[in-house]
Amino acid sequence: MLPFAEVQAPEIDYKALSPLMATIGGSIVVLMVALLRSQFVRHTLVPALTGVSLLTAIGLTIWVWEPGEQTPIIEGALTVDTLALGISMLVYVAGLVCVVLSLRALAAREAGHGEYHSMLLGSITGMVILAEASDLITLFVGIELLSIPLYVLCATELRRRTSLEAGLKYLVIGSVGSATLLYGLALIYGATGAMQFDRITDAISSDAVGVGDPLLLTGIGLAATGLAFKASVAPFHQWTPDVYQGAPTPITTFMAVATKAAAFAVFLRLFEHALGLTQLEWGPALAALATATIVVGNVGAIAQRSLKRLLAWSSVAQAGYLLAGVVVGSTLGLQATVFYLAVYLLMNVAAFAVVIARERVSERGDDVSALENLGQTQPWLAWPMTIAMLSLAGFPATAGFIGKFYLIDATVAGDYAWLGIVIVVGSVVSLAYYLRVVAVMWMGRYEVELPTVPRRHVKPVAGWSPEAEARAQSEVAAIAVLFAAATIVFGIWPDPLFDAAREIGTALSGLN
Amino acid sequence: MTIHLSIILFLPLATGLLGAFLPRGLSRWAVLAGTVAVLAYAIVLVADFDSGAGLQYVTDDEWIPELGIRYQLGVDGLNLFMIVLTALAWVPCTLVAALREHERPKLFFFHMALAETAVLGAFMAQDLALFIVFFDLMLVPFYFMIGGWGTGDRVRATTKFVIYTLAGSLLMLAGAIALGVLSTPDGGEISFSLAELQRRSVSEGTQQWIVLLFALAFFVKAPLFPLHGWVPDTYRSTPIVTIALLGGVLSKVGVYGFLRIVLPVMPEGAQHWQELFIVMAVFSILYGSVLAFSQDNVRLVVAYSSIAQLGFIVLGIFAFDDKGAQGAVFQMLNHGLVVVPLFLIIGVIVARAGGSESLAELGGMAFRAPVLATLFLIVAFATLAMPGSANFVGELLVLFGSFEDKFVYGVVASVGVVLAAVYAIRLFQRTMHNRPGPAVASREMGRIDVAAVAPLVAVIVALGLYPHFVVDRTERATTASIQEARSVGQELVIK
Repeated sequence: MLPFAEVQAPEIDYKALSPLMATIGGSIVVLMVALLRSQFVRHTLVPALTGVSLLTAIGLTIWVWEPGEQTPIIEGALTVDTLALGISMLVYVAGLVCVVLSLRALAAREAGHGEYHSMLLGSITGMVILAEASDLITLFVGIELLSIPLYVLCATELRRRTSLEAGLKYLVIGSVGSATLLYGLALIYGATGAMQFDRITDAISSDAVGVGDPLLLTGIGLAATGLAFKASVAPFHQWTPDVYQGAPTPITTFMAVATKAAAFAVFLRLFEHALGLTQLEWGPALAALATATIVVGNVGAIAQRSLKRLLAWSSVAQAGYLLAGVVVGSTLGLQATVFYLAVYLLMNVAAFAVVIARERVSERGDDVSALENLGQTQPWLAWPMTIAMLSLAGFPATAGFIGKFYLIDATVAGDYAWLGIVIVVGSVVSLAYYLRVVAVMWMGRYEVELPTVPRRHVKPVAGWSPEAEARAQSEVAAIAVLFAAATIVFGIWPDPLFDAAREIGTALSGLN
Repeated sequence: MTIHLSIILFLPLATGLLGAFLPRGLSRWAVLAGTVAVLAYAIVLVADFDSGAGLQYVTDDEWIPELGIRYQLGVDGLNLFMIVLTALAWVPCTLVAALREHERPKLFFFHMALAETAVLGAFMAQDLALFIVFFDLMLVPFYFMIGGWGTGDRVRATTKFVIYTLAGSLLMLAGAIALGVLSTPDGGEISFSLAELQRRSVSEGTQQWIVLLFALAFFVKAPLFPLHGWVPDTYRSTPIVTIALLGGVLSKVGVYGFLRIVLPVMPEGAQHWQELFIVMAVFSILYGSVLAFSQDNVRLVVAYSSIAQLGFIVLGIFAFDDKGAQGAVFQMLNHGLVVVPLFLIIGVIVARAGGSESLAELGGMAFRAPVLATLFLIVAFATLAMPGSANFVGELLVLFGSFEDKFVYGVVASVGVVLAAVYAIRLFQRTMHNRPGPAVASREMGRIDVAAVAPLVAVIVALGLYPHFVVDRTERATTASIQEARSVGQELVIK
């Protein structure tokens, strides 16, 4: 018989947990409210409540924001520090964007507005837990809570085969990734005898385990592999193009931006905090992965005609750049990675919003040719796309330039100058496809050379629905313009982002 | 601490943005007014310039403290005339463009204005990172101008152009960051300020590979053999006013970078590659000259002649000699002043030959167009460095400089002077004399074209008469720029 009386309930810091409760609560409320099946509830109230829940979470995040190292709460399960909160901010913003982009999306209507938004909030909760996780169990709980709703969300365009295929593919491959990660975590636990990140560090620094312990290194390798699946790091990226293309585009946008942010939060916390002492062991391995990712992503993107696939491959390449910031294991690297994640959010949201706007009305769907001559017909869409592409390629006066500058700065300072060169070479290759998109928009009448794939003629996504009205895109265009403008503003005046990055950098101590 | 340079720098961009919100017909005049104002400001700058002082009109503000990037602008003898050249080149090109009908004129003139701001920024920047920002930013408007308003296979050409140049300049970015990080003393703040970088130092081995990255960027831009792969396509497809700017002004940014950044900041690295760069320069002189007189396309004649001319400039810089560097700086101005009217005249000629750019189909135009022929003749003589022209003085200085201790290369390079006469005279004869081509209509230049070209020709003549006007003002800064690299070389000799 268990001696119940002796079980001590852990101390719970409700203030630190409040942003999490906002999204969990939102998720439940939205699901319940949607049971009232009136048009007003489904089309207005549910998205509005989701938005309110996310805005509340953003407000609470600002409230609990506290620079410096924080002690883990709930028996060491979660650490609510600036790193976690900063990443959560990105996730919340991505969530808000997804809500706005889904306002008139087919996916939300087919899957049911309540379920769709509730799952979205569920996935966001998972990401936040993942970013805050400071023991192996919470880490795994977070990653599952993040993934399972996303598997479903990918398949929410019920009547489109590729959507279902994307969901299934993501489920299968995601599960393999989760299993690998779990195995790795188990081995790390086996080697160190500790679950909490702090204790893992202690165990490694004690004589008993040692840095070169084979069990520990195997565990690190498997954990890195599992996380690499989530962050679409090569060679574990193969699902990315298919899933990005198949999923409803608002979900793709969310996934591209938020999942990446959450996955890199874990990379940073697990590798630099818990396993920081073994940096000499995993640094070169991750550097090799980063190189492979940059090469594979950029080369893969060249042959793409579908914009969603192109952006998927580009996101693989960008993951490689981000990983370079993790490799060096320094505060500068941490700051550069977080900075680049924020920049990555801005430029990708702008690009995906334009894709959504076009695929809703164009019979070419997400094919590059759907953008043909957009510069003349719809400059309000062409400019954001142009800015996003130039920023992704790293042109100056855009935030992408500063982000890359910061990352290269970190790699050189961390004695990985060659990785900086790899980033640069990757950027040069990436011009081939980013510039093609720009060329199609502005110089499209004079046949731009495109990869030879037969032109697809698909029904516009909005072909069956009221979305087909061209004016139904005002909110999508607004998102595109807003985020493109932010890309330029932060490219010229990046101080606010740097300030945030510096405060986030204080979260993990003990780095170089 | 003055704001003058910032005004000059952002005036074009401001007029470009203003033009975007004006009615279609007006935007071009807004941009033109901006370029004229910049020119006026630049003339005041020259008049007010103190040849005895160092950096002037310095603007120095924090921009991105986190990365050590400062908003630092300044003018000295090195860039004074480059700024003037930019201002001088943009006015006639904008004027000529303003009188042609374009599709989407607002966008075209916005890009023209943005390009001027970017080029001026690259010339004025006294912070390495700021220089790179403007250096890369230049590509954006040129990418759109070539791709949007060019002829022929223009999308391909512009993509090739951007990839070539950006490949170089991104590698330079990596090199620059490495330079900034590695030169930071322990516990010090990272800085990209050129003056600060000059005080700090990095090891010789590091300098060597960083110089190589910088050279890649600058040589692609110049262009120099064998990094000129983008030249034929780009020169063929670019709109004429844009190519005048590209060939006349942009090509100078690269070589200017050597004098501003590479030699003063990394003298040991520069010294290490001196031999290689001189060989490339001499090769470019011969290769460019030979190709220039075997081309049929008029634009390519000028394109390849530019490769040869830039070879001279690089030779002058890397001779590490006062006279040579003087000549190089002078020649940077002269070449720009020659290429811009040359292309504008080519634009006029091609319009009279029914759009054909082939030398075989041109000819006989001088007959009824004496003004055109005269202007062209003066420009052609300046191109071939006729004694009495400023180009003659420039090339002579370069050759003197290289004779000092690179005698053999100097002798080989002098062959280039002879070859220049061949291609320049060939270009003039084939277009102006000979039998008229099938579609040639011999007409005089329009008033506007004369108004665009004549002032530039007047400047060419004036400089030929009084080269000291430039040389006196550039002397101090040029000598200072190569001083370090030269003393490194002398130390090596003593050892």
